[in-house]
Order: sequence, then C-alpha cells, then structure tokens
Amino acid sequence: MSRQLPRLAALSLCLLAGLAACKQEPAADAASADPAAAAPTAAPATAGDRKSVEITGAGATFIYPLLSKWSDDYNKATGARINYQSIGSGGGIAQIKAGTVDFGSSDKPLAPEELAKDGLAQFPSAVGGVVPVVNLEGLEAGKLRLSGAVLADIFLGKVATWNDPAIAALNPGLPLPSSKINVVHRSDGSGTTFNFVNYLSKVSPAWKATVGEGTSVNWPGGIGGKGNEGVAAYVKQIKGSIGYVELAYATENRMAYAGMQNAAGNWVQPSAASFAAAAASADWKNARDFSLVVTDAPGADAWPITATNFILVYKQPKDAKRTRDTLDFFKWAFEQGQAQADALHFVPLPAELVQQIEAYWASDIKA
Amino acid sequence: MNAIAPTAADDSRDLADIRTDNRFRWLVTGAGVFVLVSLAAAALSMLWGGRAAFQKFGIAFLWTDEWDAVQQQFGALVPIYGTLVTAFIAMLIAVPISFGIAFFLTEIAPKWLRTPVGAAIELLAGIPSIIYGMWGLFVLVPVLAEHVYPWVDANFGQIPFVGVLFAGPPLGLGMGTAGLVLAIMVIPFVSSVMREVFLTVPGRLKESAYALGATRWEVVWDVVLPYTRSAVIGGIFLGLGRALGETMAVTFVLGNAHSLTMSLLEPGNSIAATIANEFTEADSEMYRSSLIALGFVLFIVTFIVLSIARLMLRSLNKREGN
Repeated sequence: MSRQLPRLAALSLCLLAGLAACKQEPAADAASADPAAAAPTAAPATAGDRKSVEITGAGATFIYPLLSKWSDDYNKATGARINYQSIGSGGGIAQIKAGTVDFGSSDKPLAPEELAKDGLAQFPSAVGGVVPVVNLEGLEAGKLRLSGAVLADIFLGKVATWNDPAIAALNPGLPLPSSKINVVHRSDGSGTTFNFVNYLSKVSPAWKATVGEGTSVNWPGGIGGKGNEGVAAYVKQIKGSIGYVELAYATENRMAYAGMQNAAGNWVQPSAASFAAAAASADWKNARDFSLVVTDAPGADAWPITATNFILVYKQPKDAKRTRDTLDFFKWAFEQGQAQADALHFVPLPAELVQQIEAYWASDIKA
Repeated sequence: MNAIAPTAADDSRDLADIRTDNRFRWLVTGAGVFVLVSLAAAALSMLWGGRAAFQKFGIAFLWTDEWDAVQQQFGALVPIYGTLVTAFIAMLIAVPISFGIAFFLTEIAPKWLRTPVGAAIELLAGIPSIIYGMWGLFVLVPVLAEHVYPWVDANFGQIPFVGVLFAGPPLGLGMGTAGLVLAIMVIPFVSSVMREVFLTVPGRLKESAYALGATRWEVVWDVVLPYTRSAVIGGIFLGLGRALGETMAVTFVLGNAHSLTMSLLEPGNSIAATIANEFTEADSEMYRSSLIALGFVLFIVTFIVLSIARLMLRSLNKREGN
C-alpha cells in the first residue's frame, strides 16, 4: 500500500495536468471566434514564436504521404499541428461541406458553380502522375510505347492481345507475345482512377460515350484491385496484364511502366520533369477557381496523365483564424516543401502557379 | 454484509430479496431487449439510408446487374450472386472437412494429440481476416494460377452444362479462390463447434453401439451425429453467417469486377466487398444510398438464409418425432 501511494499521487497529478491542458484549448477556440479582438492577443500569450495552432483536414489518399511529411516538418519548424485524415476525396468534400474540418482535399476539381453554392475556394496543392504498368516477360520499364487511343482500346477490350497490330505499329522491333491482355483497374473509387479515365475520355470518343469519367466507373472488363497497392500486386502476379498506378508505386515495385504519346505528339516517359512540364503548360490563368484537370496537357514534354490534388477551404470561414492558419501552412509548404515533395515523387507547383494561388487567396478568401 | 439480527429482519429481508430479484429480472430483460433493439436499429437505419436507392430503382434493384457510378445506375444482382456463390463453395468444402476434423479428434486421434490439435483450431479461428486475405493473394493465388486453374480449365472446361463453371482464364483470382479462402476461414468455427458437441455424447451410448459390433463410422454417423444434430447444424450456420459477411479476405482474392459470370475462375464481386471498396469515394447521394441499400440487402439475405436453416432444423426434428 505504502509503495503504491506515491505512484497514485503521480498518476493523479498527470491526470490533473492533462485536464487543465484540455480546458485551455476550448477557451482559446472560443476567443478566436471573434477574430479582430482575439487573434492579436492570443498570439503573444504563447511562449516565444511557437504557435499553438491546430488545423484539421480530410480527403484524398493520394496526397496523404506528402501532407503528413509536410505537417511533420511544419510542426518542427513552427509548433503548429496539422491533423489530416486520408478518408478519400468523396469524404473530404463531404467533410468540408459539413464544416467539420478546416480544409478538405480532392483529386477531382469541383466546378466553380458547385464551389460558389457552398461558398468554397479551391486551389491546387501538388502534382503527381499516373502511369500504365504492364507485366510482360522480359520487358523493361519505359520500353513499351502506347498512345492514348490504344490505351483506351485496351481498357475497352477492343485491343485484346499483345501482338495486336495497333500495339505492334507503335512498337516496331519489340517482341510482343500473342497472349491475351488482362486488364487490371481500381476496385475502389479513387482520384487515380478519375485522372486516368478523364484522360481516356479526352483522347477516345468511344471511351467517353460508353464509359465516361468519374472516381469509379463501370469498367467494360478486367479485374479490380483495392488501392494502388492492390493494382500493383495484381499486375505483378498476372502474366500479360496491364494496370495503372501512381508513379511512386511503379518505381518502388520495380514494375515495367509504358511510355506515352502526349498531346503534342511526342513520346514521353513518366518522371517528375514530365509531370512538371504538364503542370506548367496547363492554362491555370484562365481556369476559374483553378478548376482544371491537367491530363492531356499541351506542353511538348508534358506527361499526358498528370494528376493534381486540390485543397478546399471556405471563402468566408466562420473561424477566420483557422483558415488563416491553413493558408499559412500551405504557403510554407509551397515555399519550403519542395524537397519533401521530390523525395515522395510529387512535383512541387511551378513558381508562377504559386503566385497565382497567393493572389487568389488575397482576393477571394476573407481570412 | 448481512449483519442484521435474524429476529428483527425476517420481513425486511424477504422484501429486500424480492426487490433484488425484481431488479435482476429487469437487468436481464434489458440485456435481452438490447439484442432486439440493436437489430431493429441496424436494419432500420440501413433501410433509411438506402431509401433514395430503393425509391429510384424499386424492387428491381435486386435483379439489375448494372452498377455504373457515372450513369447513376445501380443494381445489386452481381454482388448478391457473388456473395451466395462464394459462401456456398465455402460451405461445400468446409463442412465435410470440419466433420472429418471433429471425427478424428473425438474418435480416432490418440489422447496426446487431441489437445494440441484442438488448440490449433481455436488459434486459427482467432486469426484476423485480413491475414487470410493477404495469404490468399500472395501465396494461394499464384499457386492456383500456375498449377491448378489451367488444369481445371483444360479438363473440366469442355464438359457440357457444368463446363461453364470451370472455363476461364487462369488469373488465380475469382469466385472459386474466394470460396476456397472462405472455407479455410470457417473451418475452425464449424469444426470446433462439432468437436465440442461430439464430446457431449454420453459414453454409454457409444459403448453400446460398439458392443453391438458397430464400426467407428457407424457409431459417428448413426449415434453421435443424430444425437448432436441440432448443435452441429447450428455450428454450420455460424460458419455460413461468417462466410456471407466476410469482407477483407474476400476483397483481396475475388477480383472485384462488376460482371455477371457463371465461371468460378472469373472475377466477381460480393456485397461486403463492394461496400468496403467503394464507400470511401462514393461521391454522389445516389451512389452512397445504393451502397447502404446493398448493406440492407446483405442483412436480408443473411436473415433469409438463417431462417431457412431454422425451418430445416424444425422439419428434421418433426420427422424424428421430437
């Protein structure tokens, strides 16, 4: 009993401290609801220049690795805590509309009309790319060449064998087996799928008419794997298969990806450089609320299936400080987060686009 | 605690006993009602969540095979079919094997072997389903795709009528594989119930049968099984319930394709796998509602299957004259 007493005391002390900490936070929140009065007084109250900031976000899984790295580094630099839940783009849009998070994230840009209806602002956060991956014996990465039309025909089931004249014509000299093409697609709804089928819709009228675009579509055939890792696992196991994943999954699993012909007619390989070229050549300036899908971008070196992630915040937030903190975080990420993005196979936004985003913040968001 | 003098407290003690007894009765009634309330709450909230889908597609939701999030057309036939077929395959494999395991453990195995094997079965029952899924995908699927399915396709694929079940590309993924993984998952449940109830058969019954010259098979088939029949069927349906609702393991090996196919070698879909796959990115009202409606359908399918089991059991009992 006597040995337990000090332990008990220590425990209750910890509990008390914890409770006190809890009590402080809601008080700070309540104060910041009145931004003009509270924001300046709240800041000096905290020790030094460490911020007692906490932001919550939810949405796309695509950006999760990058956001968690960014928030970790941002936390080390400023003390602010960013809590991001990767529940999927659909969930992210629903959560920001319900007002339960400070920012939402989606791989599919919302139309300006839909944004206006809910009073939301939208801006891109990072760029990545989707690559077709194949499993053909002896084929090295980047050796197989596909055009958008042929890729669409393969996923439509019109091109059903590897030695089909359509594929052979693009790959003179490459030995192609006569085996059946096994198509692998995502079984779950996803931003990767959205960007992939958006591209196929742009380059193939037949695809647009029969399948269309969305985060999940009615696939004409093939098998579905759950997540990028599911598709990667299936393609690795099934001989003669073709699927699509984000570049990081293709390189990490050492899978044979295919080179593509872009809108300018050039043959390109997936890489940070070709993704960046696509992001830079896209016409961001004339896209209201940055509502633009950068697939099939016009640039000479642009990778055709480049994907952009978007962040959603309120234009006139109820709690202006939290949205201000969110924008501060992304400003920091755009300016100082390039190295982390490179390491994770994401492409930082071009400087010109960052300037456009910051101008957009200043003009459209009252925070 | 009851340190009250017996002389003064007789009446009050009776009263206290009655009160405690009443309180206890309410407590256990509450526990019983809790089951009904949670059942009704789950069913009704799914029906409510899926009301938009049911309103738009009506009862035809059950036999439409289209599932198109772009055109907003949803029908549950493919997932319902996949759920029933995979569960049926699982039971077809699991029940005889479980019976064999229970038979072996209670009648044949030497005493020293019974405990470790019994413990191993219970351990198998405790393995999370995602582990079975990963094992299925990374170990079972390549073996089936390389060695088993090409042979099945070549040897059974051409048989008239039944052949369509076994014809198809050897992907290794599909309803057959899902059924196989499910079988391995439900065997521990079914066999451990069977083993437990086989042990409850009175020794004198079995000994009398042996004394009459019965073989081990005759003892188990004619004495042990009839004696434990209702419990054995209960165990089988516990396994069936698990097979119908299993999500993760099936998602890994089923192929997740919304296409209606007779072939067991081709990818299909199940209700639980569809919900798990698509719920996170269901970005329209009708899509989400259709998925919840699918959950309600699974509820109903399970309910119907288990009701049929009850009816079967009752008619069996009647025929036996119990």
